[in-house]
Amino acid sequence: MPEREEPVRIVAYPNGPLLVRGPVEIVGPDGAPLPRRRRTVALCRCGKSTIKPYCDGTHKVIGFVTEPEEPAED
Amino acid sequence: MPAQLLEDAAVQQRPMAPPTPRGPAGEAVLAALTDPAAEAGVVAAVDEALAATPDVLLDEDLQLALFCLYELHFGGIEGVAEDLEWSPELNAARIRIERPFEAAIRAAVPMPERPASTSAGDVAATLFALTSADSGPSLSRWLARKATLEQAREFLVQRSIYTLKEADPHSWGIPRLTGRAKAALVEIQSDEYGGGRPGRVHSSIYARTLRSLGLDDAYGAYIDLVPAVTLTSVNMMSLFAINRRLRGALVGHLAAYEMTSAVPSRLYGNGFRRLGFGEETTWYFDEHVEADAVHEQIAARDLAGGLVEGEPALLDDVLFGAAASLTVDGWPAAHMLERWGAGASSLRSPLPDAGSTDA
Repeated sequence: MPEREEPVRIVAYPNGPLLVRGPVEIVGPDGAPLPRRRRTVALCRCGKSTIKPYCDGTHKVIGFVTEPEEPAED
Repeated sequence: MPAQLLEDAAVQQRPMAPPTPRGPAGEAVLAALTDPAAEAGVVAAVDEALAATPDVLLDEDLQLALFCLYELHFGGIEGVAEDLEWSPELNAARIRIERPFEAAIRAAVPMPERPASTSAGDVAATLFALTSADSGPSLSRWLARKATLEQAREFLVQRSIYTLKEADPHSWGIPRLTGRAKAALVEIQSDEYGGGRPGRVHSSIYARTLRSLGLDDAYGAYIDLVPAVTLTSVNMMSLFAINRRLRGALVGHLAAYEMTSAVPSRLYGNGFRRLGFGEETTWYFDEHVEADAVHEQIAARDLAGGLVEGEPALLDDVLFGAAASLTVDGWPAAHMLERWGAGASSLRSPLPDAGSTDA
């Protein structure tokens, strides 16, 4: 094994949430841990989730995009 | 969820009670399950029923017969010898129904446009466009705003045929995939099966939802009440599951299923809250809001996209499976909305104890 510990990995999915894998603590402003109910979690990136900081799929309803549109050619 | 909700053990399911046949094909299959002398007549009975049916997709008799033949490969049927799973006659009968069944699904499902390339990103983008364009009937909005208690209980009964074995059909894909797609499927399935915690297996959480409305959580308890259209969507998953050649469709089906689940699950939960039910009832739906928002990303890009990137020849089957989920899994929803809109029950006969609950 090249490394004993897998690093935390965050995958930024286009037009969607950030998927977090690995041993990371997710805490509130007081440092108290927030519930983590599964090994891989999706963090809200559109700001409209009803279960923040986790994603609830709302980004699709509001048409959230992560990539800026190509500037118009002129 | 509160700790006490987690302490219950997982539900241990047993082989389902034998259903009541709905015609000659089902009678022949059910007879063969308990009488070896009847096995030889099954294929002929199935062929006759196939020749006579105007529509194999919604044929009560054939869909129930097919469901029983598949159940031999899943949870089993009470009192049936386990070696019948590989009975040549019963498997021949299953394949006889499967061929026209698959052809009819392919004829009924509109194929989406192919992505610009077979890259994982392009496949995922195509699947997101397909599933967000789905303007199918909104059962979730009906549940959230209008459903009566009886309709909410019927909804749980209709869903119980699949959900009490939730995720099992797609697990058949695991040994048939490799690399990125396999890792993605296992990651999703592990979460479906509770991540190692028996009390969090999704089918067990659903069993609690059923019990909280005074419903039976035994697998197949309501099989005789659900119409063909409900069996059709479950049978389609089993068709994709047990045939390796349809692994692309199985993957596409799971992707579309996950991609159309998170937002409706919130509305289903809201519906049960509106009817006065608490966390014991809504946990299943609340769990799916968060879980499927994770799963849909993995399913679209890493599972479906990863599969097509590795096996580009499976592109059309992945798209077919996704479109089939949107179309065929939409039929039971449309059926419920139509019957409820007419003030009728969506079941073949109303629930015997309609109205009584533990709430």
